[in-house]
Amino acid sequence: MQPDLLKFLGFQAQRHLRGALRRPGDIVNPLVFFLMVVTLFPLGLGPDPDVLADLAPGIVWVVALLSSLLVSGRLFQSDFEDGTLEQLALAPHPLALSVLAEIASHWLLSGVVLALVSPVFALMLNMPGQAIPVLMASLLLGTLCLSLFGAIGAALTVGLRRGGVLLSLLIIPLTVPVLIFGTSAVREAVLGYDPGSWLALLGALSLVGLVVAPIAAAAGLRISLEA
Amino acid sequence: MWAFIHKFGSPPWFFRFASTAVRWLLPVVIGALVFGAVWGLLYAPPDFRQGNSYRIIFIHVPSAVVALAGYYVMASAGLVSLVWKIKMADTAMRAVAPVGAALTFVALVTGAIWGKPTWGAWWVWDARITSMLILFFLYLGVIALFEAYDNKAAAAKACAVLSLVGTVNIPIIYKSVDWWYSLHQPASIKFTGETAIDASMLYPLLVMIAAFYGLFALLVLVNMRTELLATYRQSAWLRSELG
Repeated sequence: MQPDLLKFLGFQAQRHLRGALRRPGDIVNPLVFFLMVVTLFPLGLGPDPDVLADLAPGIVWVVALLSSLLVSGRLFQSDFEDGTLEQLALAPHPLALSVLAEIASHWLLSGVVLALVSPVFALMLNMPGQAIPVLMASLLLGTLCLSLFGAIGAALTVGLRRGGVLLSLLIIPLTVPVLIFGTSAVREAVLGYDPGSWLALLGALSLVGLVVAPIAAAAGLRISLEA
Repeated sequence: MWAFIHKFGSPPWFFRFASTAVRWLLPVVIGALVFGAVWGLLYAPPDFRQGNSYRIIFIHVPSAVVALAGYYVMASAGLVSLVWKIKMADTAMRAVAPVGAALTFVALVTGAIWGKPTWGAWWVWDARITSMLILFFLYLGVIALFEAYDNKAAAAKACAVLSLVGTVNIPIIYKSVDWWYSLHQPASIKFTGETAIDASMLYPLLVMIAAFYGLFALLVLVNMRTELLATYRQSAWLRSELG
């Protein structure tokens, strides 16, 4: 990569991170949402610790998926509304690169944070201790995939007035493999087996996503800007 | 060669082509469907274990096969429309989505009806059923995205991007049978090696698969023709075409 492009990537990431840190609510609210939905499950399913421990990998992963969907819908919203996106589309640097910077900084502030606090939720649901590092690793890789897929949906729906539910319709089917690999990894770890292959699949999926998603999202943004 | 492709991109030429093709395809498809259905439902021998209930295979398998292939057709049309900006490819993509969704729905419903006597449950969460359901969601997503845009040219492009991204999921749908152990039997028709299904059942099944492909083409062409009628209702060429 040319040094100019790298500098551009770094500058964009810095801009996004700085903007996001000025609105700490946007970082904290998804975590509060996560906590609240996790609280709903024992209320709905009953407080039996064994039942909860059985369901914990699935619960934590489904809630992570939903909260990631909620956040990624607004990924390009502010840039679209204040015209930054049009300037980025006109810039001599590839739009996919700005998208990549946006996704990466979004992932750092949503996915990574979520993975870091996930042990708390795992303990609340009585998940065995040996599975917790695997849960964190799977969420770390999985939320990257979710952010990447979410970016494609966000790019395609950014110009639409009623984008919210539509985004979920577009993205949920794409996230199915992420959910399967993630929960399988955690479940294997709970049972005491080696979760390596599932984590490797998640890693492979995020690598494919890193290549495909910025290009697809950039194409989607150009379509949204035209419409 | 290239002139031929250009012709396909021209709405007047395509309208004439679709009208002729529909006229010829309609009797052929109806004939093949009736022939295959009568052969499969009345004359094929009953199954050793499942008795007569297996006969739903003659609807279930063709609709599932064509529904999967339809997604590829839609994604290919999307690619053509994004790369070469051929207008008819947009129309084709838009026309495939509802047909594909309907076929996926038929496959799911017939699967559920077949599952009840065979497995004792209407719905089983097994890999292949679930991936068909996801395929159904993928189709619904494309349709929903198309409906959400006011600008239909932009809608077609957005759907093209979405369906291309969705093809990421198609290999997983095919591979899911190998990846997850499940209640579902492994695929019975193999193009290499021996087939696990007897010729007396295989031939009517192949007839039905061919008939469903024809039905798919027919419905897509009818949809595209309707789309052209709606889009170009003010144009001179359409008026002269309709006389």
